[in-house]
Amino acid sequence: MTNHLLSIEELGADGIREVLQLSHTFVEVSARAIPRVPALRGKTLAWLFYEDSTRTRLSFETAAKRLSADTMNFSVGSSSVNKGESLRDTVETISAMGVDCIVVRHGSSGVPWRIREWTDASVINAGDGWHQHPTQALLDCFTIEQRLGPLDGRHVAIVGDIKHSRVARSNVEAFTALGADVTLVGPRTLLPPSLDGWPCKVSHDLDAVVPSADVVYLLRMQNERMNEALVPSMREYSMGYGMTMERVGALADHALVMHPGPMNRGVEIAPEVADLDRAVMVDQVRNGVAVRMAVLYLLLGSGVELPVEGV
Amino acid sequence: MAERERRMSPPFGGVFLARSEVLSESDMTRALRRIAHEIIEANHGLDDVVLVGLQTGGIWLAEAVASHLAEIEGVQPPVGTIDVALYRDDIGLRPVMPEAVTHIPVDLTNKVVVLVDDVLFTGRTIRAALDAVTDFGRPRAVQLAVMIDRGHRELPIRPDFVGKNLPTKRSEAVDVHRGGVDIGEVQK
Repeated sequence: MTNHLLSIEELGADGIREVLQLSHTFVEVSARAIPRVPALRGKTLAWLFYEDSTRTRLSFETAAKRLSADTMNFSVGSSSVNKGESLRDTVETISAMGVDCIVVRHGSSGVPWRIREWTDASVINAGDGWHQHPTQALLDCFTIEQRLGPLDGRHVAIVGDIKHSRVARSNVEAFTALGADVTLVGPRTLLPPSLDGWPCKVSHDLDAVVPSADVVYLLRMQNERMNEALVPSMREYSMGYGMTMERVGALADHALVMHPGPMNRGVEIAPEVADLDRAVMVDQVRNGVAVRMAVLYLLLGSGVELPVEGV
Repeated sequence: MAERERRMSPPFGGVFLARSEVLSESDMTRALRRIAHEIIEANHGLDDVVLVGLQTGGIWLAEAVASHLAEIEGVQPPVGTIDVALYRDDIGLRPVMPEAVTHIPVDLTNKVVVLVDDVLFTGRTIRAALDAVTDFGRPRAVQLAVMIDRGHRELPIRPDFVGKNLPTKRSEAVDVHRGGVDIGEVQK
Protein backbone atom coordinates (compact mmCIF):
# COMPACT_ATOMS: atom_id res chain seq x y z
CA MET A 1 0.00 0.00 0.00
CA THR A 2 1.53 3.30 -1.09
CA ASN A 3 0.14 6.57 0.18
CA HIS A 4 -0.03 9.74 -1.88
CA LEU A 5 -1.11 13.32 -1.31
CA LEU A 6 -2.37 14.68 -4.60
CA SER A 7 -5.43 16.76 -3.78
CA ILE A 8 -7.50 17.89 -0.82
CA GLU A 9 -10.49 16.11 -2.35
CA GLU A 10 -8.69 12.76 -2.28
CA LEU A 11 -7.43 13.35 1.24
CA GLY A 12 -10.95 14.04 2.49
CA ALA A 13 -12.16 15.65 5.70
CA ASP A 14 -10.91 12.79 7.91
CA GLY A 15 -7.51 12.89 6.25
CA ILE A 16 -7.28 16.66 6.74
CA ARG A 17 -8.09 16.28 10.44
CA GLU A 18 -5.52 13.48 10.76
CA VAL A 19 -2.82 15.74 9.29
CA LEU A 20 -3.83 18.73 11.44
CA GLN A 21 -3.87 16.67 14.64
CA LEU A 22 -0.45 15.20 13.92
CA SER A 23 0.94 18.65 13.05
CA HIS A 24 0.77 19.68 16.72
CA THR A 25 3.37 17.01 17.48
CA PHE A 26 5.71 18.48 14.88
CA VAL A 27 5.17 22.07 16.05
CA GLU A 28 6.59 20.87 19.38
CA VAL A 29 9.48 19.04 17.67
CA SER A 30 10.28 22.18 15.64
CA ALA A 31 10.42 24.29 18.82
CA ARG A 32 13.11 22.10 20.45
CA ALA A 33 16.75 23.08 20.81
CA ILE A 34 17.52 20.10 18.57
CA PRO A 35 14.55 20.07 16.18
CA ARG A 36 15.15 16.64 14.74
CA VAL A 37 13.66 13.18 15.25
CA PRO A 38 14.85 9.90 13.69
CA ALA A 39 11.41 8.90 12.41
CA LEU A 40 12.24 8.73 8.66
CA ARG A 41 15.84 7.52 8.87
CA GLY A 42 16.77 5.66 5.69
CA LYS A 43 13.98 7.18 3.60
CA THR A 44 14.92 9.14 0.49
CA LEU A 45 12.85 11.96 -0.97
CA ALA A 46 13.31 13.51 -4.38
CA TRP A 47 12.25 17.03 -5.35
CA LEU A 48 10.99 17.25 -8.90
CA PHE A 49 10.24 20.92 -9.43
CA TYR A 50 9.39 21.96 -12.98
CA GLU A 51 8.35 25.42 -11.77
CA ASP A 52 10.20 27.96 -9.66
CA SER A 53 9.60 27.67 -5.98
CA THR A 54 11.64 28.91 -3.09
CA ARG A 55 9.45 28.68 -0.04
CA THR A 56 7.64 25.45 -0.80
CA ARG A 57 10.84 23.60 -1.70
CA LEU A 58 12.73 24.99 1.30
CA SER A 59 9.81 24.14 3.55
CA PHE A 60 9.72 20.52 2.32
CA GLU A 61 13.51 20.33 2.56
CA THR A 62 13.45 21.53 6.18
CA ALA A 63 10.60 19.15 7.02
CA ALA A 64 12.50 16.19 5.53
CA LYS A 65 15.71 17.06 7.39
CA ARG A 66 13.89 17.40 10.72
CA LEU A 67 12.59 13.85 10.16
CA SER A 68 16.14 12.60 9.35
CA ALA A 69 15.21 11.68 5.76
CA ASP A 70 17.68 11.99 2.89
CA THR A 71 16.84 14.30 0.02
CA MET A 72 17.73 14.39 -3.67
CA ASN A 73 17.43 17.51 -5.73
CA PHE A 74 16.70 16.77 -9.35
CA SER A 75 17.25 19.97 -11.26
CA VAL A 76 14.87 19.99 -14.14
CA GLY A 77 15.80 21.76 -17.34
CA SER A 78 12.97 23.85 -18.65
CA SER A 79 13.41 22.12 -22.00
CA SER A 80 11.80 18.92 -20.75
CA VAL A 81 8.69 20.66 -19.47
CA ASN A 82 5.44 19.34 -20.91
CA LYS A 83 7.09 16.56 -22.93
CA GLY A 84 5.21 13.55 -21.67
CA GLU A 85 7.88 11.07 -22.65
CA SER A 86 10.78 12.83 -21.01
CA LEU A 87 8.80 13.43 -17.84
CA ARG A 88 8.16 9.71 -17.67
CA ASP A 89 11.82 8.94 -18.27
CA THR A 90 12.79 11.34 -15.51
CA VAL A 91 10.38 9.75 -13.06
CA GLU A 92 11.52 6.23 -13.95
CA THR A 93 15.16 7.24 -13.56
CA ILE A 94 14.54 8.73 -10.15
CA SER A 95 12.49 5.72 -9.11
CA ALA A 96 15.26 3.36 -10.19
CA MET A 97 17.58 5.12 -7.76
CA GLY A 98 15.31 3.90 -4.99
CA VAL A 99 13.43 6.91 -3.72
CA ASP A 100 10.53 6.53 -1.31
CA CYS A 101 8.78 9.76 -2.18
CA ILE A 102 8.63 12.18 -5.10
CA VAL A 103 7.53 15.73 -4.36
CA VAL A 104 6.45 17.29 -7.63
CA ARG A 105 5.60 20.76 -8.84
CA HIS A 106 4.60 21.16 -12.45
CA GLY A 107 2.98 23.82 -14.62
CA SER A 108 0.39 21.42 -15.99
CA SER A 109 -2.63 20.26 -14.05
CA GLY A 110 -2.82 16.54 -13.39
CA VAL A 111 0.87 15.71 -13.74
CA PRO A 112 1.16 14.19 -10.21
CA TRP A 113 -1.58 11.68 -11.11
CA ARG A 114 0.39 10.56 -14.17
CA ILE A 115 3.56 10.27 -12.12
CA ARG A 116 1.76 8.05 -9.63
CA GLU A 117 1.22 5.54 -12.45
CA TRP A 118 4.92 5.42 -13.26
CA THR A 119 6.44 4.87 -9.83
CA ASP A 120 6.15 2.80 -6.67
CA ALA A 121 7.16 5.82 -4.58
CA SER A 122 4.71 8.01 -2.72
CA VAL A 123 3.84 11.12 -4.69
CA ILE A 124 3.17 14.51 -3.13
CA ASN A 125 1.66 17.30 -5.18
CA ALA A 126 3.50 20.54 -4.41
CA GLY A 127 1.45 22.45 -6.97
CA ASP A 128 0.17 21.44 -10.41
CA GLY A 129 -0.82 24.22 -12.80
CA TRP A 130 -3.95 26.06 -11.68
CA HIS A 131 -5.25 22.91 -10.09
CA GLN A 132 -4.12 21.97 -6.55
CA HIS A 133 -1.60 22.84 -3.84
CA PRO A 134 -2.75 20.62 -0.98
CA THR A 135 0.03 21.24 1.56
CA GLN A 136 -0.63 25.00 1.33
CA ALA A 137 -4.29 24.40 2.14
CA LEU A 138 -3.37 22.17 5.08
CA LEU A 139 -0.97 24.69 6.60
CA ASP A 140 -3.58 27.44 6.14
CA CYS A 141 -6.23 25.35 7.93
CA PHE A 142 -3.75 24.66 10.73
CA THR A 143 -2.83 28.34 11.08
CA ILE A 144 -6.47 29.44 11.24
CA GLU A 145 -7.41 26.80 13.81
CA GLN A 146 -4.33 27.65 15.89
CA ARG A 147 -5.52 31.27 16.14
CA LEU A 148 -9.31 30.97 16.02
CA GLY A 149 -10.19 27.42 17.02
CA PRO A 150 -12.24 25.08 14.78
CA LEU A 151 -12.97 26.27 11.24
CA ASP A 152 -16.51 24.96 11.52
CA GLY A 153 -18.92 27.87 11.05
CA ARG A 154 -16.20 30.41 10.27
CA HIS A 155 -16.41 32.72 7.27
CA VAL A 156 -13.37 32.90 5.00
CA ALA A 157 -13.08 35.41 2.15
CA ILE A 158 -10.59 34.44 -0.56
CA VAL A 159 -9.69 37.58 -2.48
CA GLY A 160 -8.00 38.20 -5.81
CA ASP A 161 -6.90 36.12 -8.75
CA ILE A 162 -9.04 33.03 -8.17
CA LYS A 163 -8.93 31.95 -11.78
CA HIS A 164 -5.22 31.20 -11.98
CA SER A 165 -4.83 30.06 -8.39
CA ARG A 166 -4.23 26.48 -7.33
CA VAL A 167 -4.11 27.79 -3.77
CA ALA A 168 -7.70 29.01 -4.10
CA ARG A 169 -8.91 25.64 -5.41
CA SER A 170 -7.24 23.61 -2.66
CA ASN A 171 -8.20 26.06 0.06
CA VAL A 172 -11.88 26.22 -0.91
CA GLU A 173 -12.03 22.42 -0.71
CA ALA A 174 -10.18 22.26 2.60
CA PHE A 175 -12.01 25.12 4.33
CA THR A 176 -15.45 23.84 3.30
CA ALA A 177 -14.54 20.24 4.20
CA LEU A 178 -13.92 21.51 7.74
CA GLY A 179 -17.26 23.32 7.80
CA ALA A 180 -16.30 26.90 6.97
CA ASP A 181 -18.29 29.19 4.66
CA VAL A 182 -16.18 30.55 1.83
CA THR A 183 -16.77 33.65 -0.29
CA LEU A 184 -14.65 34.24 -3.37
CA VAL A 185 -14.05 37.93 -4.00
CA GLY A 186 -12.60 39.41 -7.17
CA PRO A 187 -13.37 41.15 -10.44
CA ARG A 188 -15.20 39.02 -13.02
CA THR A 189 -12.05 38.75 -15.13
CA LEU A 190 -10.18 37.01 -12.32
CA LEU A 191 -12.90 34.50 -11.44
CA PRO A 192 -13.20 31.16 -13.25
CA PRO A 193 -15.73 31.24 -16.13
CA SER A 194 -17.92 28.74 -14.30
CA LEU A 195 -18.22 28.20 -10.59
CA ASP A 196 -20.57 25.22 -10.91
CA GLY A 197 -19.73 22.75 -8.20
CA TRP A 198 -17.66 25.20 -6.17
CA PRO A 199 -19.17 25.01 -2.68
CA CYS A 200 -18.92 28.76 -2.06
CA LYS A 201 -20.44 32.17 -2.65
CA VAL A 202 -19.07 34.82 -4.99
CA SER A 203 -18.85 38.57 -4.56
CA HIS A 204 -17.35 41.44 -6.53
CA ASP A 205 -17.49 43.83 -3.60
CA LEU A 206 -14.77 43.36 -0.99
CA ASP A 207 -16.16 46.08 1.29
CA ALA A 208 -19.45 44.20 1.59
CA VAL A 209 -17.67 40.98 2.62
CA VAL A 210 -15.02 42.28 5.04
CA PRO A 211 -17.27 42.97 8.10
CA SER A 212 -18.52 39.37 8.32
CA ALA A 213 -15.17 37.70 7.57
CA ASP A 214 -13.22 35.77 10.20
CA VAL A 215 -10.37 35.40 7.74
CA VAL A 216 -9.45 37.49 4.70
CA TYR A 217 -7.21 35.36 2.51
CA LEU A 218 -5.39 37.42 -0.11
CA LEU A 219 -3.98 35.84 -3.25
CA ARG A 220 -0.94 37.10 -5.06
CA MET A 221 -1.74 39.48 -7.91
CA GLN A 222 0.50 38.19 -10.65
CA ASN A 223 2.15 40.90 -12.73
CA GLU A 224 2.16 38.66 -15.77
CA ARG A 225 -1.65 38.79 -15.75
CA MET A 226 -1.43 42.50 -16.48
CA ASN A 227 -0.40 41.70 -20.03
CA GLU A 228 -3.63 39.85 -20.50
CA ALA A 229 -5.45 43.06 -19.51
CA LEU A 230 -7.53 41.28 -16.90
CA VAL A 231 -7.35 44.29 -14.63
CA PRO A 232 -7.12 47.90 -15.81
CA SER A 233 -4.13 48.74 -13.62
CA MET A 234 -2.49 47.58 -10.41
CA ARG A 235 -3.60 50.85 -8.79
CA GLU A 236 -7.20 50.23 -9.68
CA TYR A 237 -7.01 46.63 -8.52
CA SER A 238 -5.54 47.78 -5.25
CA MET A 239 -8.37 50.26 -4.70
CA GLY A 240 -11.04 47.65 -5.36
CA TYR A 241 -9.50 44.50 -3.89
CA GLY A 242 -6.39 45.44 -1.91
CA MET A 243 -6.36 45.04 1.88
CA THR A 244 -5.90 48.62 3.08
CA MET A 245 -5.82 49.98 6.64
CA GLU A 246 -9.29 51.38 5.95
CA ARG A 247 -10.65 47.92 5.23
CA VAL A 248 -8.81 46.50 8.25
CA GLY A 249 -10.85 48.99 10.30
CA ALA A 250 -14.04 47.26 9.14
CA LEU A 251 -12.78 43.80 10.22
CA ALA A 252 -13.93 42.08 13.37
CA ASP A 253 -11.36 42.33 16.20
CA HIS A 254 -10.38 38.66 15.99
CA ALA A 255 -10.28 38.47 12.16
CA LEU A 256 -7.06 37.34 10.47
CA VAL A 257 -5.35 38.46 7.29
CA MET A 258 -3.52 35.72 5.38
CA HIS A 259 -1.41 35.46 2.27
CA PRO A 260 0.35 32.43 0.75
CA GLY A 261 3.34 34.54 -0.34
CA PRO A 262 5.21 36.00 -2.00
CA MET A 263 3.40 39.25 -1.21
CA ASN A 264 3.20 42.32 -3.42
CA ARG A 265 3.13 44.99 -0.73
CA GLY A 266 1.11 47.90 -1.98
CA VAL A 267 -0.91 45.80 -4.44
CA GLU A 268 -3.06 43.13 -2.77
CA ILE A 269 -1.93 44.16 0.71
CA ALA A 270 -0.93 47.56 2.07
CA PRO A 271 2.59 47.55 3.60
CA GLU A 272 1.37 48.51 7.07
CA VAL A 273 -1.35 45.82 7.02
CA ALA A 274 1.23 43.12 6.39
CA ASP A 275 2.97 44.08 9.66
CA LEU A 276 -0.12 43.86 11.89
CA ASP A 277 -0.39 41.13 14.52
CA ARG A 278 -3.53 39.82 12.81
CA ALA A 279 -1.54 39.30 9.56
CA VAL A 280 -0.28 35.77 10.18
CA MET A 281 2.03 35.22 7.21
CA VAL A 282 4.98 34.33 9.46
CA ASP A 283 2.83 31.76 11.27
CA GLN A 284 1.85 30.30 7.91
CA VAL A 285 5.49 29.80 6.96
CA ARG A 286 6.46 28.41 10.37
CA ASN A 287 3.48 26.05 10.48
CA GLY A 288 4.20 25.01 6.90
CA VAL A 289 7.26 23.08 8.05
CA ALA A 290 5.36 21.28 10.83
CA VAL A 291 2.40 20.44 8.58
CA ARG A 292 4.72 19.09 5.87
CA MET A 293 6.50 16.99 8.51
CA ALA A 294 3.10 15.57 9.44
CA VAL A 295 2.33 14.81 5.79
CA LEU A 296 5.71 13.15 5.22
CA TYR A 297 5.45 11.10 8.40
CA LEU A 298 1.88 10.01 7.62
CA LEU A 299 2.79 8.94 4.08
CA LEU A 300 6.19 7.38 4.72
CA GLY A 301 6.44 6.38 8.38
CA SER A 302 3.17 5.87 10.16
CA GLY A 303 2.02 2.79 8.30
CA VAL A 304 -1.46 4.25 8.58
CA GLU A 305 -3.58 4.13 5.48
CA LEU A 306 -4.81 7.63 4.79
CA PRO A 307 -8.57 7.93 4.61
CA VAL A 308 -9.43 8.46 0.98
CA GLU A 309 -12.71 9.96 -0.11
CA GLY A 310 -14.20 10.97 -3.41
CA VAL A 311 -11.97 8.89 -5.67
CA MET B 1 1.95 1.94 24.87
CA ALA B 2 -0.20 4.42 23.04
CA GLU B 3 -3.89 3.70 22.91
CA ARG B 4 -4.09 3.95 19.15
CA GLU B 5 -1.16 1.58 18.64
CA ARG B 6 -2.81 -0.81 21.07
CA ARG B 7 -5.97 -0.83 19.00
CA MET B 8 -4.26 -1.21 15.66
CA SER B 9 -1.41 -3.61 16.09
CA PRO B 10 -0.72 -7.16 17.22
CA PRO B 11 -0.39 -8.42 19.86
CA PHE B 12 -2.70 -5.69 21.08
CA GLY B 13 -4.98 -5.41 18.06
CA GLY B 14 -8.16 -6.71 19.51
CA VAL B 15 -10.17 -6.72 22.70
CA PHE B 16 -8.47 -7.26 26.06
CA LEU B 17 -10.17 -9.97 28.12
CA ALA B 18 -9.15 -9.91 31.77
CA ARG B 19 -8.60 -13.34 33.34
CA SER B 20 -7.57 -12.32 36.83
CA GLU B 21 -6.72 -9.31 38.91
CA VAL B 22 -3.03 -8.95 39.78
CA LEU B 23 -3.22 -5.77 41.86
CA SER B 24 -6.27 -4.09 43.33
CA GLU B 25 -6.65 -0.33 43.41
CA SER B 26 -5.40 -0.13 47.00
CA ASP B 27 -2.49 -2.52 46.22
CA MET B 28 -1.48 -0.15 43.46
CA THR B 29 -1.71 2.92 45.70
CA ARG B 30 0.59 1.20 48.21
CA ALA B 31 3.02 0.27 45.42
CA LEU B 32 3.07 3.87 44.13
CA ARG B 33 3.72 5.14 47.65
CA ARG B 34 6.61 2.68 48.08
CA ILE B 35 8.06 3.70 44.70
CA ALA B 36 7.88 7.35 45.81
CA HIS B 37 9.82 6.49 48.99
CA GLU B 38 12.39 4.53 46.96
CA ILE B 39 12.91 7.44 44.56
CA ILE B 40 13.57 9.79 47.50
CA GLU B 41 15.90 7.27 49.14
CA ALA B 42 17.89 6.53 45.97
CA ASN B 43 18.37 10.23 45.22
CA HIS B 44 18.86 11.45 48.81
CA GLY B 45 15.87 13.74 48.41
CA LEU B 46 14.29 15.26 45.35
CA ASP B 47 16.93 17.79 44.27
CA ASP B 48 17.12 17.86 40.46
CA VAL B 49 14.58 15.02 40.12
CA VAL B 50 12.22 15.32 37.12
CA LEU B 51 9.47 12.77 36.44
CA VAL B 52 8.69 11.99 32.80
CA GLY B 53 5.62 9.90 32.00
CA LEU B 54 5.52 7.88 28.78
CA GLN B 55 2.45 8.28 26.54
CA THR B 56 -0.09 7.09 27.26
CA GLY B 57 -0.01 4.62 30.16
CA GLY B 58 2.79 6.34 32.07
CA ILE B 59 1.23 9.80 32.22
CA TRP B 60 -1.20 9.35 35.07
CA LEU B 61 1.25 7.09 36.93
CA ALA B 62 3.88 9.86 36.81
CA GLU B 63 1.33 12.29 38.21
CA ALA B 64 0.33 9.82 40.93
CA VAL B 65 3.98 9.27 41.93
CA ALA B 66 4.52 13.04 41.93
CA SER B 67 1.65 13.66 44.32
CA HIS B 68 2.99 10.95 46.68
CA LEU B 69 6.40 12.62 46.50
CA ALA B 70 4.82 15.97 47.34
CA GLU B 71 3.02 14.45 50.30
CA ILE B 72 6.19 12.85 51.67
CA GLU B 73 8.75 15.59 50.98
CA GLY B 74 6.59 18.70 50.84
CA VAL B 75 7.79 19.62 47.35
CA GLN B 76 6.59 18.30 44.03
CA PRO B 77 9.20 17.65 41.33
CA PRO B 78 8.50 18.86 37.76
CA VAL B 79 6.45 16.35 35.72
CA GLY B 80 6.76 16.05 31.94
CA THR B 81 5.26 13.79 29.32
CA ILE B 82 6.98 12.22 26.36
CA ASP B 83 5.70 10.46 23.25
CA VAL B 84 8.37 8.13 21.92
CA ALA B 85 6.59 7.10 18.70
CA LEU B 86 8.98 9.03 16.42
CA TYR B 87 11.97 7.27 18.05
CA ARG B 88 10.67 3.70 17.80
CA ASP B 89 12.69 1.03 15.98
CA ASP B 90 9.62 -0.60 14.42
CA ILE B 91 8.47 2.35 12.28
CA GLY B 92 7.61 0.81 8.94
CA LEU B 93 7.04 -2.63 10.44
CA ARG B 94 3.67 -1.83 11.97
CA PRO B 95 1.48 1.26 12.38
CA VAL B 96 3.15 3.81 14.65
CA MET B 97 1.40 7.11 15.36
CA PRO B 98 2.31 9.76 17.92
CA GLU B 99 -0.50 10.05 20.43
CA ALA B 100 0.00 13.41 22.06
CA VAL B 101 2.30 16.39 22.06
CA THR B 102 5.46 15.90 24.12
CA HIS B 103 5.82 18.33 27.01
CA ILE B 104 9.13 18.65 28.85
CA PRO B 105 8.85 21.66 31.20
CA VAL B 106 12.55 22.05 32.04
CA ASP B 107 15.97 21.61 30.41
CA LEU B 108 16.99 18.07 31.37
CA THR B 109 20.72 18.80 31.45
CA ASN B 110 22.18 17.75 34.83
CA LYS B 111 18.77 16.60 36.06
CA VAL B 112 17.88 13.14 37.35
CA VAL B 113 15.17 11.95 34.99
CA VAL B 114 12.82 9.27 36.29
CA LEU B 115 10.98 7.70 33.36
CA VAL B 116 7.58 6.34 34.38
CA ASP B 117 5.64 3.72 32.42
CA ASP B 118 2.91 1.20 33.12
CA VAL B 119 4.36 -2.08 31.81
CA LEU B 120 7.99 -3.00 31.08
CA PHE B 121 8.06 -5.77 28.46
CA THR B 122 10.63 -5.98 25.62
CA GLY B 123 12.39 -2.75 26.65
CA ARG B 124 12.08 -1.26 23.16
CA THR B 125 9.81 1.59 24.25
CA ILE B 126 12.34 2.53 26.95
CA ARG B 127 15.16 2.38 24.39
CA ALA B 128 13.21 4.89 22.30
CA ALA B 129 12.52 7.00 25.38
CA LEU B 130 16.25 7.16 26.22
CA ASP B 131 16.92 8.55 22.73
CA ALA B 132 14.05 11.02 23.04
CA VAL B 133 15.19 12.27 26.46
CA THR B 134 18.68 12.92 25.12
CA ASP B 135 17.21 15.44 22.65
CA PHE B 136 16.14 17.59 25.62
CA GLY B 137 19.57 17.81 27.24
CA ARG B 138 22.12 15.59 28.96
CA PRO B 139 20.65 14.30 32.22
CA ARG B 140 22.99 13.46 35.10
CA ALA B 141 21.16 10.14 35.37
CA VAL B 142 18.10 8.42 33.97
CA GLN B 143 16.12 6.03 36.15
CA LEU B 144 13.13 3.88 35.32
CA ALA B 145 9.97 3.32 37.35
CA VAL B 146 7.30 0.85 36.14
CA MET B 147 4.16 -0.52 37.71
CA ILE B 148 4.63 -4.00 36.20
CA ASP B 149 7.80 -5.76 35.01
CA ARG B 150 6.52 -8.68 32.97
CA GLY B 151 9.90 -9.96 31.67
CA HIS B 152 10.76 -11.01 28.09
CA ARG B 153 13.38 -8.29 27.64
CA GLU B 154 14.93 -7.97 24.16
CA LEU B 155 17.38 -5.22 25.15
CA PRO B 156 19.74 -4.74 28.11
CA ILE B 157 17.34 -2.55 30.06
CA ARG B 158 16.28 -2.96 33.69
CA PRO B 159 13.96 -0.96 35.94
CA ASP B 160 15.09 0.87 39.09
CA PHE B 161 11.67 0.98 40.74
CA VAL B 162 9.04 -1.73 40.24
CA GLY B 163 5.45 -1.97 41.45
CA LYS B 164 5.30 -5.71 40.90
CA ASN B 165 7.36 -8.34 39.11
CA LEU B 166 4.88 -10.45 37.17
CA PRO B 167 6.01 -13.58 35.31
CA THR B 168 3.97 -13.81 32.10
CA LYS B 169 3.73 -15.76 28.89
CA ARG B 170 4.43 -13.79 25.73
CA SER B 171 0.91 -14.52 24.58
CA GLU B 172 -0.60 -12.91 27.65
CA ALA B 173 -1.45 -9.23 27.99
CA VAL B 174 -1.26 -6.96 31.02
CA ASP B 175 -3.59 -4.02 31.52
CA VAL B 176 -2.75 -1.29 34.03
CA HIS B 177 -5.62 1.07 34.76
CA ARG B 178 -6.68 3.33 37.61
CA GLY B 179 -8.72 0.55 39.19
CA GLY B 180 -5.78 -1.89 39.35
CA VAL B 181 -3.83 -4.33 37.21
CA ASP B 182 -5.32 -7.25 35.28
CA ILE B 183 -3.73 -10.09 33.35
CA GLY B 184 -5.53 -11.75 30.49
CA GLU B 185 -5.54 -12.36 26.77
CA VAL B 186 -6.23 -10.29 23.71
CA GLN B 187 -9.12 -11.61 21.67
CA LYS B 188 -8.36 -10.95 18.00
